[in-house]
Amino acid sequence: MALKIVKGSIDRMFDKNLQDLVRGIRNHKEDEAKYISTCIDEIKQELKQDNIAVKANAVCKLTYLQMLGYDVSWAAFNIVEVMSSSKFTYKRIGYLAASQCFHEGTDVIMLTTNQIRKDLSSPHQYDTGVALTGLSCFVTPDLARDLANDIMTLMSHTKPYIRKKAVLIMYKVFLKYPESLRPAFPRLKEKLEDPDPGVQSAAVNVICELARRNPKNYLSLAPLFFKLMTSSTNNWVLIKIIKLFGALTPLEPRLGKKMIEPLTNLIHSTSAMSLLYECVNTVIAVLISLSSGMPNHSASIQLCVQKLRILIEDSDQNLKYLGLLAMSKILKTHPKSVQSHKDLILQCLDDKDESIRLRALDLLYGMVSKKNLMEIVKKLMLHVDKAEGTTYRDELLTKIIDICSQSNYQYITNFEWYISILVELTRLEGTRHGHLIASQMLDVAIRVKAIRGFAVAQMATLLDNAHLLTGNTQRNGICEVLYAAAWICGEFSEHLEEPMQTLEAMLRPKVATLPGHIQAVYVQNAAKLFATVLRKHEGETDSQAAQETSQLLIDRLPLFVQSANLEVQERASCILQLVKYIQKLQQKNVEVAEEVTALFAGELNPVAPKAQKKVPIPEGLDLDAWINEPPSESESEDEKPKAVFTKEEHKHSRSRHTEVDEKELARRREARKQEQANNPFYIKASPSSQKVYDAPGVEHIPVVQIDLSVPLKVPGVPMSDQYLKLEEERRQKDKAERKKKEKKKKREKRGKGRKADSGPESEEDIRPAHQVDIVTEEMPENALPSDDDDKDPNDPHKALDIDLDNLLSGSSSRPLADSEKLPVRTHRPEVLKSPAEDRVHESIPQETKKRSGKEKKEKKKGKEKDRKRSKEEKKKKKHKEVEEELLESQPEEAVQSEETKEAAAPPTSAEEETAPSSAAAVDTSSAAALESEPDEPKDAEPEDTKSSKHKKKKQKKEKEEKEKKKKKRHHHHHHHSDAGGEDSVQNGTVEEEEPLPPMSNYSLLAENSYIKMMKEDADQVYDIQGNHQDESKVVVSVIFENKSDSFLKSMEFNVMDSLNSKLQRPEGAGPHDSLTVPFQLPPGVSNEARFVFSVQSIVMPQKLKGTLTFIVKSDESSTHEKLDFKLHFTCTSYLITTPCYSDAYAKLLESGDLKGSSLRLEGISMPFHHLLARICFHHHFSVVERIDSCASMYSRSIQGHHVCLLVKTSDQTVSIDAKCDEPSLLGNVLDEIKQTFSKC
Amino acid sequence: MIKAILIFNNHGKPRMSKFYEHYTEDTEQQIIRETFHLVSKRDENVCNFLEGGLLIGGSENKLIYRHYATLYFVFCVDSSESELGILDLIQVFVETLDKCFENVCELDLIFHLDKVHNILAEMVMGGMVLETNMSEIITQVEAQGKMEKSEAGIAGAPARAVSAVKNMNLPEMPKNINIGDISIKVPNLPSFK
Repeated sequence: MALKIVKGSIDRMFDKNLQDLVRGIRNHKEDEAKYISTCIDEIKQELKQDNIAVKANAVCKLTYLQMLGYDVSWAAFNIVEVMSSSKFTYKRIGYLAASQCFHEGTDVIMLTTNQIRKDLSSPHQYDTGVALTGLSCFVTPDLARDLANDIMTLMSHTKPYIRKKAVLIMYKVFLKYPESLRPAFPRLKEKLEDPDPGVQSAAVNVICELARRNPKNYLSLAPLFFKLMTSSTNNWVLIKIIKLFGALTPLEPRLGKKMIEPLTNLIHSTSAMSLLYECVNTVIAVLISLSSGMPNHSASIQLCVQKLRILIEDSDQNLKYLGLLAMSKILKTHPKSVQSHKDLILQCLDDKDESIRLRALDLLYGMVSKKNLMEIVKKLMLHVDKAEGTTYRDELLTKIIDICSQSNYQYITNFEWYISILVELTRLEGTRHGHLIASQMLDVAIRVKAIRGFAVAQMATLLDNAHLLTGNTQRNGICEVLYAAAWICGEFSEHLEEPMQTLEAMLRPKVATLPGHIQAVYVQNAAKLFATVLRKHEGETDSQAAQETSQLLIDRLPLFVQSANLEVQERASCILQLVKYIQKLQQKNVEVAEEVTALFAGELNPVAPKAQKKVPIPEGLDLDAWINEPPSESESEDEKPKAVFTKEEHKHSRSRHTEVDEKELARRREARKQEQANNPFYIKASPSSQKVYDAPGVEHIPVVQIDLSVPLKVPGVPMSDQYLKLEEERRQKDKAERKKKEKKKKREKRGKGRKADSGPESEEDIRPAHQVDIVTEEMPENALPSDDDDKDPNDPHKALDIDLDNLLSGSSSRPLADSEKLPVRTHRPEVLKSPAEDRVHESIPQETKKRSGKEKKEKKKGKEKDRKRSKEEKKKKKHKEVEEELLESQPEEAVQSEETKEAAAPPTSAEEETAPSSAAAVDTSSAAALESEPDEPKDAEPEDTKSSKHKKKKQKKEKEEKEKKKKKRHHHHHHHSDAGGEDSVQNGTVEEEEPLPPMSNYSLLAENSYIKMMKEDADQVYDIQGNHQDESKVVVSVIFENKSDSFLKSMEFNVMDSLNSKLQRPEGAGPHDSLTVPFQLPPGVSNEARFVFSVQSIVMPQKLKGTLTFIVKSDESSTHEKLDFKLHFTCTSYLITTPCYSDAYAKLLESGDLKGSSLRLEGISMPFHHLLARICFHHHFSVVERIDSCASMYSRSIQGHHVCLLVKTSDQTVSIDAKCDEPSLLGNVLDEIKQTFSKC
Repeated sequence: MIKAILIFNNHGKPRMSKFYEHYTEDTEQQIIRETFHLVSKRDENVCNFLEGGLLIGGSENKLIYRHYATLYFVFCVDSSESELGILDLIQVFVETLDKCFENVCELDLIFHLDKVHNILAEMVMGGMVLETNMSEIITQVEAQGKMEKSEAGIAGAPARAVSAVKNMNLPEMPKNINIGDISIKVPNLPSFK
């Protein structure tokens, strides 16, 4: 063996390792690709060998090649092989490769589940660590589901190294498998207070990541985080927490108020810039959230702004950048405080660092006012001229437009100025934002009526000088502007002074070089202009001008009719015909202007961007219905052969195509040219053939060559700077006028105090130069603009928006629904799906009442609470509110003793007795059913989990305990996977089968005229941890129901211990002392208490004698009473529902360690799935597999005995073959099963 | 969350890439190229943040990078990370590399890609920061290194010997290849803690 290893490694010596590969690649710089492809061939050979070391080496090399961009997914299976090596060295190589190239689409990933599980539970911490690291990179929903439980167990690992990794990876698990969040959350929260700082930091990290997306669910953690923030010294943790608070404060302003002080302290005290910066950021977030109500935080704002100014003035560019970034956040709510630093920000615009310039630009956006807009934009225009490189200049351009157009052109006082800015911006070479400028022009022209005259004039000039815009091919983006110009000129042509001239400009042959959509607009608007021209000349006696216009159109339009663009072609030919017709009419001296104008009558209003979405679907319109029936089958069949044929041919030609390499192509091309040259009939391409389509006379148009380095001035276009001066003058004038007026006023009202008019002008003082009439955008009737539809439905974090609050208040209450249980799912909830339905209606209101009753009780216990409120709540019966109420009362509950909490069953208050469905009114048996039923049916409906809360609480706790146990088991029995459990459940119940009858696991214990005791099957069993390895605990829930009219108190519960089973008594109590039941019972009320027994041997059923003593207190007397009972521990109660994979099950049976036994039941008439459900429910089995009328089932005892059943049924006969490694246990269980079925 | 960690040299050659979201190999290369393009044209004395990792995740993301000797270390992060914190993290990363490789240089990274990954795995896991304490990171890396050595045992010895011989015989001993293998000088920045 050893020899073989040595031999193997000697062979290996001559294999290339990673270093050799790298070296080789570096030596083959010229033909790297070729070298690598030979290397890949070698690797493929190596992967075929059996030696794992060789494989690992190959995989290691693949990881390197993957980084270089080679696809290595073909080796995925080999990677899995290397991952499963027992040697850490190879395992690590495998996991590294997997983390680099596995993803959700990798199919072999599902083979890894068990391997990963094995590694996770490895005794070597680094195996576990490597598996966790790898898994964090390639976890899929399936892996997350299957491994969530194992990872959760690792969160409590003894080694902090593993704990922190397990905690961190949970975030990935949550993302892929959101259902795991609720069950895992309590433990995650625990880790916030882990003694190891690394684990703590990981937990903070995960919760911050979660809370960032759905902050409202984490508000309740705020106190804990607050504590951490004031106690932690780890800057990483502090930064994370402070960032988290930034996300939380907008939701809870009170929190913000509390934060300010400690944050300010941190700002003053810390030396770490990163921390300081994050503090400032969060203070800003707090201030934003408070901005409405709290005026007296100006000190904090000042502090922030002051600190930020220091950052911005710092020589470190990073701090400068961040300072600006944070400043822009303040700007939103406190623009005034930032505006005073305008100098600093404008200075940053000149910074050599583009990132900083961009940030400064962002800030400018918020700093403009009516007063300084023109000035700021002027500065920006200067930068536009200076800016090199198109990206930054484009950014400037968009910013200018953003700044001006923000909040409905709020800050623009002079639209003429704005239009001229836009026109100036068209000078930009090679900008990508032509369409942006165009849409602004359109928007302004449409929505500001007063500006139309000016705008049209400007646009006409633009059209006239279109050659300047289109002359250079580089300037293509900008020709979009012509689209707007043409439309504006056409639509508002009544404002045109020289429509004829513009029309001529729009029909120049050069237009045909513009993009199609612009040409189309040109053609259409030429028609509009034509109408205007006709109208203008209508009154004149001489129709010469009008006819000339028609002739112009008829001459020029054919150019467009030939356009390759369909839109242009269609419009042009349409209009051409129209004009021809008009011309005919004109020649007959018919007045046509009116009709032609009517073609374009009507105002086009802007439509809101969301208007289309808001149009309601008319009644009776079904958008999904076919308008015409889809083509019938036969038709499509007819077509099929054709399609197949063409497809095949296509494929053929393509494949041939790919075969042809470059050389071949060149050779063929050459051959073809030869052939063509020799062929006298072949018409050769000549340059003139292209020109045929060109319009006549193009060459004669002089093309003006412009030296573009000189800023270009479009003749006739006023420069925006003029407006700045004009505006100044205008304002001065205004001011002077106002002063005059005020003086007048002063003279009139002499007694009044002086008004400060010499100070800076306030915003309102600046009056717009034009009557700004902004047309609002149109929306369908009754539709309101809203942003609610902007959310991304694909956000993975949406699934994590899970309410966690009810998990958090007090360690003892974890109302997790059964369906949420992470790992190993119990069988019952799903099996018992259907009987719930008719019961639910009954039980929900009752439950609700019970709960509010419980609140009352808590309140009665001396904890003061607003009574009215809970009454109101009760009236509403809204589960949610009740739940909130419960949450609030939870801290109080925590004061109560542990036992009280465990026994927190529903005591109905006196008020409820009158309620029709009160528990007291129902006869005993159905009461029993009701008592026990609600939790089962509800489990089937996750929606409803809240409504059976009190039960849940108890049950959940027990489930947790069970879970814990199962998790422990998991390490030893890998085959018991959750997935298996789920599958088996599905196999066990076919949904369509008829509903199951209700089942109760409560049985009558004892009863007299005063009290009734009911025992729940003692299925709450768990191992005791620690020293008593051989001892198991059984929890018995007993419901006490007061049947009398008197008050029952001082109940004491006692049991005669046997050698095997002992009641667990509190420390210090003697072996015969009784336990006080931790509650009293008013008349008609029932409550539940739980008692813990320790059990030595579980192979035999047990019976324990016991007594309950209590005092019956009525108005006049009080008597001592006693009730004897017998507690029966069946063997069934030692079984735990444990799911099992079918393959694991088969292995178990094959192993031969199990001894068999069988049972026959005659005359069973119930459906098979009821039968299974009963066995599952009463005897804690789970279905492994079900085929028709045959099912295999599995369960395990608390001491680890496997119990396997094979249940078959035919004609009312059920045969059960059973196997177990403990024959006497099996015999007893079978007897109990028999009993169960004999009862019904 | 950290979306990606890239190391490439002054010529844009990738030296290590770790993506915490899945991309195809082609996209990965494109991201590396584009990132290099963005980062390399920046002066030495401008800020270390770049907005708009266009390819990874969109505008919410930032590129935070540092340039050491011949190498760029680029972290692509989203808004939940502290910018200055990540800068410090890069520093910790480089200092850790420096300790683990003893005067790290570009060649160390080229020839020991797996080791670089292993070191990184102790710092960042699945895009989240796992550990920032350098001595803790080094302890764990070394412990795992030891474990590998003990596993190799006798069987590994011949391979190591051959490797050494190969290195001796070949004229291109890694350290001799002239690609400007100046060791990355780690400036002493104020440490994070």
